[in-house]
Amino acid sequence: MIDILLYALLAGLLVAAVSGPLGALVTWQRMAYYGDTLAHSALLGLALGLALQANLQYSVLVSCLLIAVVLFALQWWRDIALDSLLGILSHSSLALGLVCLSFIDNQSLDLNAFLFGDLLAILREDLVNLAIICALVLGLLWRYWSALVALCAHAELAEIEGLPVQRLRLLLMLMVAATVAVAMKIVGVLLITAMLIIPASAAARVARSPEQGALLAALIGGLAVCGGLAGAWYWDTPAGPSIVLSAGCLFVLGQLAPGYRRSN
Amino acid sequence: MPESALLSLDAISLKHQQQNLLSNISLSLSAKQIMTIIGPNGAGKSTLIKVALGLTKADSGTIYRRPGLRIGYMPQKLSLNPLMPLSVSRFLAMAKSDRKQIAAALARTGIQHLQNRPLHDISGGETQRVLLSRALLSNPDLLVLDEPAQGVDISGQTELYELISDLRDELGCAVLMVSHDLHWVMAQTDTVICLNQHICCHGHPEQVSSDPEYLALFGRRHAEAVALYQHDHDHQHDIHGDVVCEHKHHD
Repeated sequence: MIDILLYALLAGLLVAAVSGPLGALVTWQRMAYYGDTLAHSALLGLALGLALQANLQYSVLVSCLLIAVVLFALQWWRDIALDSLLGILSHSSLALGLVCLSFIDNQSLDLNAFLFGDLLAILREDLVNLAIICALVLGLLWRYWSALVALCAHAELAEIEGLPVQRLRLLLMLMVAATVAVAMKIVGVLLITAMLIIPASAAARVARSPEQGALLAALIGGLAVCGGLAGAWYWDTPAGPSIVLSAGCLFVLGQLAPGYRRSN
Repeated sequence: MPESALLSLDAISLKHQQQNLLSNISLSLSAKQIMTIIGPNGAGKSTLIKVALGLTKADSGTIYRRPGLRIGYMPQKLSLNPLMPLSVSRFLAMAKSDRKQIAAALARTGIQHLQNRPLHDISGGETQRVLLSRALLSNPDLLVLDEPAQGVDISGQTELYELISDLRDELGCAVLMVSHDLHWVMAQTDTVICLNQHICCHGHPEQVSSDPEYLALFGRRHAEAVALYQHDHDHQHDIHGDVVCEHKHHD
């Protein structure tokens, strides 16, 4: 029994460690819609994996990465309003995923687990896969952090100063895709973006530098995981939504703290 | 001229949704030259700047930038996400991490006291100076400024233009800028380019201000205002600094 809780806690903390800094970048870069679209289309990858009887985690990961590349290419399609297109894509891919899944006759599939996460069903091998992806993303974040921050602050200036802006954007999208794919099991496709956005937004109020913002976001995400798991353990609430809810509470609490900006 | 050019554009055209943004633009900027682009809203001024910098790709035409050209770019405005915690010095450190050079750039634009302030917490004029400081950090051969005085009050505008003018003399760099400030255009510019998707006219400020295409584009009132400035400028050549004071009275 304690194993279940330990695995769940470790998995949640790993996701929080990645989604903190990554979520900060996503927030600063106003990419929340991309996150949603990626998360919702993860269901398509799931359907595909089931249809091909492949490893579900890998098929979700690969399809998320592919969709990230497609979304990245969309920015060159000049004559469209990108935000409405992303909104359309996001919800149609969710609907398509649900419809496709209904065609696949699989008794053992628990759809709720994918929509809202099933943290307490994490197995040792899931944890190993999760740790590998998280370590990879954290390594990339460490390596490219200052370039990514410069991109978020002012992309044109970064480009003039010689940063490979397009490649950094692609890298950011791919990291979000990988995180979405692995976090699906923790909080579910409907709530993944919340793990990216809420801790980062809560941290933004008190942080004094991008680095502080990233670390604080990871810390707040970790606290939210602990709070959510405690709720799931003691009151039998669903773990994923409980985590997001406790992140939301931390955000509200954060608003009471003295802000970094004087004008606020 | 082309051999000594820092930057030259040849027959640049750009379309967006069947609409011409830029058509057949050619220009050449040599070392230490000051070129100002003027034109009505939607004339493609910022687009032209972005094409010249290589930030936007043109549909046709060629761009030459002298190899190794160091460009300092000051964008129209800083649209920083309100959730991004960033201090002035951290923002400048993105261009160059040397603390001494950052301090020197801030001192040169007169905002050293803002070093540790959050970027969200400073005024419009101060923000423009931060952007200018960042442009200086690249030790530019060419300063590209897109409406540098946007969102700055009248007296701040004058100071900012004076600062830019001093910096140009100090650094000996060329300047390419979009500006609405007639005083600057008439008094400081070597070449004016009057843009309305295509180049309507170009040349020395006095030449341009009497060009019929220019008059048609800006109307008589604007043209008279320029004539007035020219008069002020001719008249007060030795006590140059007082012109702006007059401006307030005339307005």
